Amino acid sequence: MASRVERIEQIEGSKAVARAVAACRPQVVAAYPISPQTHIVEEVSRLVRTGELTPCQYVNVESEFAAMSMCIGASAAGSRAYTATASQGLLFMAEALFNASGLGLPIVLTVANRALGAPINIWNDHSDSLSQRDSGWIQLYARDNQQAVDLHPLAFRLAEELSLPVMVCMDGFVLTHAVERVELPGQEAVDAFLPPFRPAQLLAPEQPMTIGAMVGPEAFTEVRYLAHTRHLRALTVLPRLAEEFRAAFGRDPHAVLGEAHLEPGGTVVLAMGSVLGTLADAVDELRAEGLPVGLLGLTLYRPFPAEALRLALARAGRVVVLERALAPGVGGIVSADLAAALHGLPDPPEIRTVIAGLGGRPITKASLCRMLADATAGRLPELLFLDLERDVVERESGLLEKAPDEEGAT
Amino acid sequence: MTGTRFYQVGSYAAGNRLLDPASRAEQSRAGRPNSLTMGHRACRGCGEALAARYVLDAAERATGGRIVTVNATGCLEVFSTPYPESAWRLPWLHSLFGNAPAVAAGVAAALRAQGRTEVRVIGQGGDGGTVDIGFGCLSGMFERNDDVLYVCYDNQAYMNTGVQRSGATPPAARTATTLPVGGDPGAPFGQGKDLPRIALAHGIPYVATATVAGLRDLEAKAARAMDLHGARYLHVLSPCPLGWGTGSGEAVRIARLAVESGVFPVFEAVDGEITGVERIRRPVPVEEYLRPQRRYAHLFKPEPRPDVIARIQQAADRNIVRYHLLDPDEQAAQGS
Repeated sequence: MASRVERIEQIEGSKAVARAVAACRPQVVAAYPISPQTHIVEEVSRLVRTGELTPCQYVNVESEFAAMSMCIGASAAGSRAYTATASQGLLFMAEALFNASGLGLPIVLTVANRALGAPINIWNDHSDSLSQRDSGWIQLYARDNQQAVDLHPLAFRLAEELSLPVMVCMDGFVLTHAVERVELPGQEAVDAFLPPFRPAQLLAPEQPMTIGAMVGPEAFTEVRYLAHTRHLRALTVLPRLAEEFRAAFGRDPHAVLGEAHLEPGGTVVLAMGSVLGTLADAVDELRAEGLPVGLLGLTLYRPFPAEALRLALARAGRVVVLERALAPGVGGIVSADLAAALHGLPDPPEIRTVIAGLGGRPITKASLCRMLADATAGRLPELLFLDLERDVVERESGLLEKAPDEEGAT
Repeated sequence: MTGTRFYQVGSYAAGNRLLDPASRAEQSRAGRPNSLTMGHRACRGCGEALAARYVLDAAERATGGRIVTVNATGCLEVFSTPYPESAWRLPWLHSLFGNAPAVAAGVAAALRAQGRTEVRVIGQGGDGGTVDIGFGCLSGMFERNDDVLYVCYDNQAYMNTGVQRSGATPPAARTATTLPVGGDPGAPFGQGKDLPRIALAHGIPYVATATVAGLRDLEAKAARAMDLHGARYLHVLSPCPLGWGTGSGEAVRIARLAVESGVFPVFEAVDGEITGVERIRRPVPVEEYLRPQRRYAHLFKPEPRPDVIARIQQAADRNIVRYHLLDPDEQAAQGS
């Protein structure tokens, strides 16, 4: 039997992901540096140079827009294509992101999640990938580096089975730069799990094909409808692939939802990404104290697993959605999706939104415990900014009040 | 007998019948590939449709039909692929407006990774997609020396969106965003975005300019480009009857006047060094080129603007000197 595990290593998240990506044998990698993503493409570059990843065309491009564009061309020409980015780089790709999904190209992209400016901030939150919520990309969020590694073979399998691009999101710095114990998948096992790329459409002179025709009002709705239904297929395909993954590698990749401790009528925290680790600690502590608190991790964000969440949360009394991004003027992004998903349940849980960890603000266990105790006591407002520094807010809003045109008025 | 129709009227390409078969124009062959088929939706007399057909047919012949094409957003893309129809008989991909060079480079990288080195890649776009929004991607493609021939069909404005100024719009030309009103009518005089020279500065293996007036020359350059590897750039002046305000049968004549006046130098360069120019056979003042085009009508009436025409003449004269466009013998004869 093929070795499931190549080796267990204490390794930086970025390097681990780069090794997992290399094991997936991408044929074209387009690279542009941006923090905190850089270590991933650096390591892939090294693996290509040393011949550990071959045959692979590693191309240093002039921008993230070009990186995604190059992946589009490579994928349409029948090669497995990969790139990685973060933050502003993801936004700079945005036009090509929508294009890649519209053209049905199974590109895999790692996003080392980072806040969006202004103000410029290089630290982690989820505002970059969540801004691309409607790009037509499947979005997966890793809670730790093991899951980040595991999600990559899964992402290529899913992308190629559905002919849709997949984004694997991992928290910048918190995961990308963290050294953790990771089981790196063996090459033979990955090869068995992920067969060579057989494109659904191909640019080849032997069988000429027009890809990317102009579509007018008479068929555009139909094309979009088909894109929607194909996207939704991930909800059935992904659990099947996850089961195959578990059989092949001996680990559950938690591809849709993470492990959950749920108490009927209790409070459940729903979150994505690395904060799940701290949350698990906090929840364990509160449960030991007898508080009815549960935790649910969300790995698959797009398509939104509404049915799985309805099943998981039907008996919860209250759901606290811990959000790592803000929709200004609305509040929580995931909360809105969840509210829509739970709508119509006979006795739907209350939804509370907690905005936390923006731009790299540490999310401490103490703060989480305090917030969850408030939540179980029914003291949580609908929208809470966790650990908001009131004196900073007052100082800044005070400056605004002293604007010259207002001075005379008071 | 095939269904190919072949016309040659009043063009320097005439005389095929006197040539040996190997030297004949690709478009004169009954078995030409017809890469871009009849029945597409280009305007009557479109210079770009003409140029694209000649370039791709010649390239197909040069490569034995082993070509993949990538197209930027623009007229060529819109008029050739209204779903569910397509006028393309070769593998063709459209992605976005500003990324055709990068997408083409991606195709080239994929083919290299697959070991399919016999399949060649051509990227194409208009002047807007090339000199403006796609400029960064094009420069990156040049700098990396990606194995792509990129062809710019230059009609000197954003014609697909209704004739707005582009970075390739010449001074004084009227567009929908450089109207002939106010003190300085038309597009302003500036440094100009001379992409063939910018391409030269990248030192890529092949740079050439051509026009739809020299269709045999255009074919030869497309074929020569396919004999080379690495980043190659072909800049084709492709008059737009609608945008330039000329008759639909005038594209070739106007393009020839652009060459003969020195407004558009036709040259060829290898590895950043100019290796050949098309000499001007019958030098004409720029006025002859400008007058038939409604986009320059404001230079002639109601108030004639000899000052503006003189500035355009200066630029043409500079081209003539820079590229040695006049035959030295002819110049000597004229001088005597």
